[in-house]
Order: sequence, then C-alpha cells, then structure tokens
Amino acid sequence: MSDVFLSLTHISKSYAGVQALDDVSLVVKPAEIHCLVGENGSGKSTLIKIIAGVVTPDQGEIVINGKPFRRLTPMDAIREGIQVIYQDFSLFPNLTVAENIALNYELSRNARIVRWGQVRQLAEAALGKIGVRLPLDAEVESISVADKQLVAICRALVQNARLIIMDEATTALTEKEIRALFKVIHNVQQEGVAVLFVSHKLDEVLEIADKAMIIRNGKVVVDVDAANLDRNKLVYYMTGRRIEEADYDYTPQQKRPLLEVIHLSSRGNFQDVSFSLWPGEIVGVTGLLGSGRTELALSLFGVLPVDRGEIRIDGKPVHINSIQSAIEHGIGYVPEDRLTEGLFLDQSINRNIVIRTIDGLTGRGGLLSITRLKERARQWIRDLSIKTSDPELPVKSLSGGNQQRVVLAKWLASKPRILILNGPTVGVDVGSKSELHDIIKNLAREGIGILVISDDIPELLHVCNRILLMRRGRLAGMFDRRELDENKLTSLLTESTPAAPAASTTQSLSPQIG
Amino acid sequence: MSARDASYTPWAWTRSLFGDGNILRLLIACVVIFVVMSILRPDVFPTPENFLSMGSQFPEIGILALAIMITMLTGGIDLSVVSVANMSGVLAAFVIRALIPADAEAGQVALGLAAAVVVAFLTGALAGFVNGLLVAYVNLTPILATLGTMTLYTGLTVAMTRGNAVFAENRLVFIGNTNVLGFIPIPLIIFAGVVAVFALILNRTAFGVKVYMIGSNVNAARFSGINVRRVLLMTYILSGLLAAVVAIIFLGRNNSAKWDFAPSYVLQAIVVAVLAGVNPSGGSGRVTGIVLAILALQFVSTGMNMLLFTISGGQFFKEFAWGALLLTIMVANHLSEQRRLRITRRSKPET
Amino acid sequence: MLKKLFSRQETLVGVTLIVLCLVIGAINPVFWTPGNWFDLARSATVTGIFAIGVLIVLVSGGIDVSFTAIAVFSMYTTTVIMNQIGFEGGMPAFFAMSGAIGIVLGLINAFFIARFRLPTLIVTLGTQSLFRGFLLFVIGSKIIRDLPPGMAQYSGAFLFTVTDARGITVGLHSAVLFLVAVAIVAQLLLRYTMLGRSIYALGGSREAAERAGFNIVQTQVFIYAFVGLLAGIAGMIYGGLNRQANSQDIVGQELDVIAATVLGGASIAGGRGSVIGTLLGVMLVTVMSNSLILVGIPSIWQRVVIGAIIIIGTAVPAIRSLRAARRANVDIEPLPAE
Repeated sequence: MSDVFLSLTHISKSYAGVQALDDVSLVVKPAEIHCLVGENGSGKSTLIKIIAGVVTPDQGEIVINGKPFRRLTPMDAIREGIQVIYQDFSLFPNLTVAENIALNYELSRNARIVRWGQVRQLAEAALGKIGVRLPLDAEVESISVADKQLVAICRALVQNARLIIMDEATTALTEKEIRALFKVIHNVQQEGVAVLFVSHKLDEVLEIADKAMIIRNGKVVVDVDAANLDRNKLVYYMTGRRIEEADYDYTPQQKRPLLEVIHLSSRGNFQDVSFSLWPGEIVGVTGLLGSGRTELALSLFGVLPVDRGEIRIDGKPVHINSIQSAIEHGIGYVPEDRLTEGLFLDQSINRNIVIRTIDGLTGRGGLLSITRLKERARQWIRDLSIKTSDPELPVKSLSGGNQQRVVLAKWLASKPRILILNGPTVGVDVGSKSELHDIIKNLAREGIGILVISDDIPELLHVCNRILLMRRGRLAGMFDRRELDENKLTSLLTESTPAAPAASTTQSLSPQIG
Repeated sequence: MSARDASYTPWAWTRSLFGDGNILRLLIACVVIFVVMSILRPDVFPTPENFLSMGSQFPEIGILALAIMITMLTGGIDLSVVSVANMSGVLAAFVIRALIPADAEAGQVALGLAAAVVVAFLTGALAGFVNGLLVAYVNLTPILATLGTMTLYTGLTVAMTRGNAVFAENRLVFIGNTNVLGFIPIPLIIFAGVVAVFALILNRTAFGVKVYMIGSNVNAARFSGINVRRVLLMTYILSGLLAAVVAIIFLGRNNSAKWDFAPSYVLQAIVVAVLAGVNPSGGSGRVTGIVLAILALQFVSTGMNMLLFTISGGQFFKEFAWGALLLTIMVANHLSEQRRLRITRRSKPET
Repeated sequence: MLKKLFSRQETLVGVTLIVLCLVIGAINPVFWTPGNWFDLARSATVTGIFAIGVLIVLVSGGIDVSFTAIAVFSMYTTTVIMNQIGFEGGMPAFFAMSGAIGIVLGLINAFFIARFRLPTLIVTLGTQSLFRGFLLFVIGSKIIRDLPPGMAQYSGAFLFTVTDARGITVGLHSAVLFLVAVAIVAQLLLRYTMLGRSIYALGGSREAAERAGFNIVQTQVFIYAFVGLLAGIAGMIYGGLNRQANSQDIVGQELDVIAATVLGGASIAGGRGSVIGTLLGVMLVTVMSNSLILVGIPSIWQRVVIGAIIIIGTAVPAIRSLRAARRANVDIEPLPAE
C-alpha cells in the first residue's frame, strides 16, 4: 500500500467566473490528522465537497489509493473509504443509536432485510473501537450533542472509513467534550484512519493537528507541520492581518448594582446562584455544557421557571416569570443559536430589526407607520454598520457576522439595560468576531450591564471584566479578569473539583470599586 | 452579471406590486381564463348576469380561504372553519326563530337579526378561542387540534339539531338575492369589506407583522418577546369570526343551516390559499393572492359549467379543473423557483 | 424500561380501549356477543386498511388526503368495467383490477411528490379533486346497484357463522382477512426490510437520508403506489360490503382515518408510528362510535364523543412533553457537607 491515501493536485473550481478554489493541492497520508483552516467563505466547504465527490472540480487531479479519478462520484468516494461528518451530523433522530451506526453500512452493501442482531453487533464493535459506551437502544434524539458526534464517527468507522472528514466538529461541544472527542480522534488514528479536521477554532487546530493547511480566498496560504505554527501565525495566515484585541477596561460608573441575583434556584436546572451585575460591567458566565450556564440565562430571561431566591433590579425585587416580564424589566437576550432562535431568515432585514419595538411604531389611526419603521431600521443599519444593498431583502442574504449584528440591533432597538449574550460570536469568522467584541464593549461603556455566556476562553478574557464559573448547576467561582490568564481559566473550566472557595464570599458578589 | 445588476431593470417596480412571481402568474392566469372563456362563450360568459351570479358565489370560499390563510401564516391550519360556520349558522337560525315571530314588525326584526348576528359571531369567536387554546396553550399540532374540534363542533351541531336543518324563516334571504345598486350582490360587498379589513390587519398593524414573524420562526418570535400564545390565540379567534361571517352568508343563500352543509369547502378553501401562494409552513402569503386565486377558480368553474352544461355530470368538471389548476400552479412555482436558484447559484459561489 | 412502555401512546390507547370495553360490557352485555364483535370487525376493516396506508405515509413525513378518492375511483371504475364486459367471475379479479387502478393513481401522486418535491398535503389535495372530478365527470355519477354477480355475492362471504342464543345467525366477514394480511405485511415491511427502514429514515431526516445514499424517489414511488394499492382494495371491500357502487361515497372520510392513525401514535411530523398503534387507534374509534347506543347514549352524540377522544388522546402526550421541556437536565451537584 502506498503511504499516500489521498492526493489532490492543482485543483481549481469556479462558479460563474468567481474562483472558489484556485490551484489547491493537498496530500493526506494514512493515520494522519490534517487540519483544514480558513475563515467562512475561504473555500473550505468547496474543497470538502470535491473530496466527497459532491462537486466536480474544473481542473486538477484526484488520486485515491493510487487510483486516479476523472469524475469522482459520491459513491466512488464512499467506496474508497472517504466519510464526511457534516456539522449537523446527518443522523436520524427517530432511530436508535445502534441503527444509526449500522444503517448506512447496511445500505451500502445493498441489504434488503434488516437483521437486528447484526445491527447491534456492528454498533457495539464500532463503539468498542473508539472506546466509548452508549445505550444502543436509545433514540438519537434523546442523547447529547457530544454523543451524537460519537455516533456519527462510529457510523463512519463501520463503513470502513480510511479518511474521516469532520466539518466544524466542535462547534456545539463544550471544552470537556472536545477533550473527549480528541481522545476518540486519536483512537481512530490508531486504527490507521486519517482525519481531515475542518475548523476555524485556532486552539483546537494547534492542539490536534499533525499538519495544517490554511486557505484564504480559495488559495492555499500554507500547508505545514503543525509544530511550525503558533496562534499568532495562524491568525495572520487566516485573515492576512494581525488582530490585536485590547481587553475591556471597566470603570465603575454608579454606586448601585443594576442586577442582583440572590440564592436563585430552578429545580433541575441550577441551584443557589448569587451574583450581581453593575452598570457598564461585562460579566462572563462560563462553564461546561450542562453546567447550568445557559439555564441560568434562560431563567433570568423568564424562559425557565425560578423556584427559590430573588432577582433584584435597581435594588428592587422583581418577579420574572415570562419573557414579557423580563423585557418589561429591561432585560434583553441574544440567543445562542442565531439561526433557530435569533432570526427570521425569510423576513426582511427591516422587519427583523424592528420586531422588538414594533408596537411603538404606530402612526395615524393606530396603524403601523411604514416610514417610521424604515427610518428606525435604517438608523440601526448605520449604527452597527450592517452591510446590505437593500434592507427589504430577507435577512438570510447576509453573512454570519452581519446576521449577528441584526440580532443585536433587534435588541438594542428596545433599549435594554441588561443584555444577556449567549455565545455572541459562535460561527462568526475571526475578522467579524473582533468587530462584534468592539460593539459589545462600546455598549457597556454606555452603561448597559452585559452578561456574556460563553466557553470561548480568549473571548471571555478579551471582553469581560469579571467571570463567573458554573459547575454542575452551581456557581463554582467568581474571578476578576486580572486574576486570570488563558491557562488558568482553561484549567478552571475543565477541572472537576470546586474552585478556590475564597471567590464565593459575599464581598466578591460585587466588583471591586476603587 | 451579478445578482444585483439583474434586479435593476425597468421592471423592478413590479416587485413591490407583485411580490414574487406567483402573484403575477395568478394575474395572468385570471386574465387568460377570462379571455378564453369569453371567446368560447361570448353569449353568456362576459355578461352582467354572469358577473352577478359569480359575484354571489365565490365570497363564501373566499372568506374561508382568508381564515385558512391567517392560520397558515403562523404555520398552522384551521380545518374546523366549515364546522364552525355550520354551528354558528344553526345557532343564529335558532335565535331568529326564537326572537322573531311571524308577524313581527320591522324594529323587532332588526333587533332579532342583530341578536342572531351577535350570537353567530360569539359562537365563531368561542370556537376559535377553543382552537387557539388547544394550539397555543396545550401545544397540539394545529392539524390535529382543529381536526378534533371539527368533529366536536359538527357533533355538537348534530346534537343540537338532531341532525335536521334549521330554517331561518326567510329573514336573511335578502343577503342572497339583493343586489345593491342593482348590480352588486351583498355577499360580494361583505367579501370586499372583509378583504379590506384583513389586508389592513396583516400589513399595517403590529399584530399582522407578528403573525408573519411567528410563521417564519416561532422560536425567534418567542425570544424576541412576542407573546406567541396570545397572537396564535387571536389568529384562531379571527378565523372563527370569519367562519361566522360565512355562516351569515350561508343563511342568506340557503335560508337554513345544517350540520353537514358544504364539507368540501374546507379543502377548497385550502386549495385557494395554496394557489394564492400562502406558504403552508408559514411566514408568507398575501391577501391579493387570495383575491386573484378565488377569481381564477371562479372563472374556471363558471366557464366549465357553461361549456359542459349539456353533458351529464358536467358540474363535476369543476372539481377536476380545480385540482388540475392547483397542481399546475404548484409545478409552475416549483420550476420558476428552480430556475431562480440556478441563476443565483451561478452568480454567487458557494463556499 | 417500564416507564418507557407507559409513556408510549400505544400503551395509553390500548389501556383506554380495554377499560372502555370493560365499561361498555358491564353496562350492556350485548357488547360481548359474537354478533357485536363481528360487526365491529366489519366496521374496522375498511378504516383499518386505509389507516395502515396513512401510517406509512405519515412515517415517511408526508400526509395523504387523496386515498379516499383513489378508493372510490378504483372501486367504481372496476364495477363499471366489469359490468361493461359482463364479467361473471369471482371477487379476486375485482380486487386485482381495483388494486391495479389504485396503483396507477398512487403513481400519479408519487410523480408530483417525488419529481417536483411538492408538499404532500398540497399534492394530494389537488389529486383528490382531480381523481374525484374525473370519476364523477367522465366515468359516472350515478349509484350502481346492479352489480356484477361476483361483487354482488361478496357481502355474504363469511369466514364462518354462529347462531346465537336468540337464534340469529351472525358471521365474521372474510374481508377482515385483508386487514390481518395488510397489517402483517406492513409490520414486516416497516420493521424488517431496508425499504421500511428507509421510510423511517426519510421521515426522520430527509437530508440525512439523501446524504446516506437512500434512493428517496424510489422510496416515495413505492409508498404512494402501495397506498394506492391499499386504497383500491379497501374501496372494493367497501363497495362489496355495501352492495352498491356509489361514486359520491367514501371521499370525506379521510380526515377521520388520519385522526385514528394519529391517535394510535403516528406522528404528523414524520418518523414515528407503528402498525399495532394504528390498529389500536382504529379499534378505539370503531368501538366508541359503534357502542354508544349499547350504553344508552343517543347516536347523535357520536361525533361529539369521537371529537373529544381525538382532542384528549392527542392533548395528553402534548401536555406531557410541554411539562418536560420546562426542566432541563442539569446534574446538580449536592452541597458539600459542612
């Protein structure tokens, strides 16, 4: 067997004159972890599709296992052992773990009859290979995102994968789950399987890659051993510029906290959480998925019920039991999943921006004033520099970063005093990310209190002046930004013992005031 | 040529008028059918008598289609509209029988009719309220909830009437056989009024925008602070009220109400709504579309009746033609969407 | 495991059915006589076959409202043709012809659904009008009571008869065998063939099914042709049992059949549903509507009761899932002992 599994040489692909890929060459060896890095729109997806046989390149040569392919079809690719794990995993939520693992294999060998014993055996064997245990008869809908990822990997292995392509595999995973995934990837590697790991999270790339290829605007910038890379170089290669972000420096503005959360509990969600948020503060809330960080945010926003404890705004106890009541108290919430919870993709940019405040946009006779509506939207498009040719276009015509600005605009339009941002830059490329961070900091400087729910460590450190750590439904620690660096926060986030108890005294409920 | 250049044509203004191509296609279909029928039967089709007769026929399904539309805009559906109309009609007829004696004077008649209309509207609103509760607060799939209530309301109507028709003592027939100014049937006026109010509600109120937003993404609507449950409840109540309007027209045309009147209207109203370009999964659809769709269908039905009246079973051709028209327009929409996608894909690289 | 069993809609419907039977039987012992059960079986046969077809469509993520039009079209057309050629043979030929017509009509559905990827509800709404309009306009709108001999005798084709205490002879009609056969075939198909699993896969996630390489066009063609076949057979049974061919009959029942299927646990959203649940749903509705008189409720209340069953039967799981969603699953750390 040759020591090269896949080789692409001088691959080019253009769509109506726009060059999506320009003279790209890639070599993947068996049992190699090769990272493919690039911003959104750099040509990563086109490259994956070419390898999977979904897209045919205009020029260039594809050789798999020493066999040249003029027109690679998806079936060819699968037969040669190429398996793609898409971002959404492409699993069947209504079928069991075992069946999800085995079904595609059964399909590819043209089985007509399903032998359930065999299905279970196949699944069990695959799970064994990567060294994890999952309930075989559980419906995939009911298992966690991380477990779904594992099911997708097993499914690829069952089909005798020689190369697994993982497209943004870690987007929905927590730090801990990412660790576990990396272990599984190494196990897969032991089986002699190569992995093409597509990501734009730099730290992951640095950690897992044997080799990394960085592409920008459809061209290969560099394809090197990961040992020769560091973070700054990666950013530079990806964006073509160095991004230096200044940390947020918070200056106390007022003497009274905006929001106080006192011994707050929500059965099954989180317990006994106390902290405060001051005007102009950006407080990070971090923790693993399942730590209760999102649940806390949802309770403050009236989505999940509160059983015990108290929420005070401006020192006055308030009762928040619905989204409407949260909004009445000046709380805004930008959800984690922009596409499913934040945006109305088919509706116009205008409508998306004004929907929060639409009740106030009435004109003569109590009817909606279209002029005022457009004026209001135009103002936000300008203020947040949303790039669009026509605000009457559906919001899905915008890029990820601009979409996120629309969600922000929607909330800012209603002048919230407290803004909860859940994963504000998830799925946004590096360039837009720092611009969004600047917007967030500016908002805080205007006196809004901001809670940032995130497990993106550099983001937390750049944006927040204080960071709360949640673990298993409880507040495990509270830190001033200045006490932390990336290493310390990473280890705090991933360790399982309680953090320094000193942090949870009553005094540190408030930020240090000079 | 980029996508932006492509849209910059002298015809760009049509976009604001017609929205997507669907409205334009419907308009063309209307005109073509009208012209063809007028050529085929110049003696009877393009005549005032025929316009009168058509004008008194389509308002019922047209209004039911608006009821279907508003629930469809939120991503739901209301299968119970006809059963609500029948129930409201029966109750209104009961009121008329109870309050207006045979020798009643004008004032008493007016009062009785007013009471009947109020009862019909209350019934419609209440039935819609129950639908809305099931959909918005119990979280039932709208198809199932309204399927259940459809059976329930029909059952209640059967039980109230022991399965018999209830007569309205000729008190409302003026609706069916009066023409205002001699050439405008009252149902047509009612339809025009309902259309106007509806267009205003959907396009020029916050409620209307919220209806579209909920249909577009219910989760985002919830997180944007829209009181989704209340808006949904309101849409089903509106749907029930529209059914009550139809109940009054039914009484006007038939002089009676019965539990099993016009069951096929539910599906016909859905056909109209879909033909009008209302997206069955919610978020888009225009009142203009409903008007054009119902006109196109009415022209087809009437025209076909005129062409085929000599053949036995000719009245059934209408059903065939409606089905054919629905499928044709859907296929045409699909093909034009495909073509549009291909153009955008060529002008914009995927990454 | 036990908890899972109890949370299933099938269990809920099954238990309700048993309780209902016990209650009705206690009020009126006539309920437990063979005559009543033979009647129930007879009433459930046509609905049951329809419901199995609806189940398969629902599992695939679609919805079909045209099957009643297919049924009446196939049955009436077969009757007209057989009368026309003066066919003297037995019932199997009728089923074959009616089933074949059903398949052809089903293929028309499949053409629009698979080729143009149009929403199934819309397509089948359109084809329902199309089929029924064509039937009434072209083939005939009059009730045929003068049936071909084979079909005319079918209503007497009992599997066996018993004579009860009062000397009345009652029989179990052989049509029920069709229901049993269809149920078994559907169960084997859905559970043990790749085709069946591909129907679940399609209903679970169409995109994933496409990426996995399932031939979705082929699956959909099969589904709608099969449903056409079932509708054709059920229509023929209906005509035979009623000893007449009425081209204005059957259409209008589709929503009731869908309701019974959903009551049995099939999901309108696709991917879920079982043969056993469907049969239980059909039985529940049949027992309910056939037995009201036995317990002294006037039959005018029949629809009210069925409507209530549908609403309650679907509301219970809906409320349950609503409650569960309010509590996420965070594994809260117990407080360390001080």
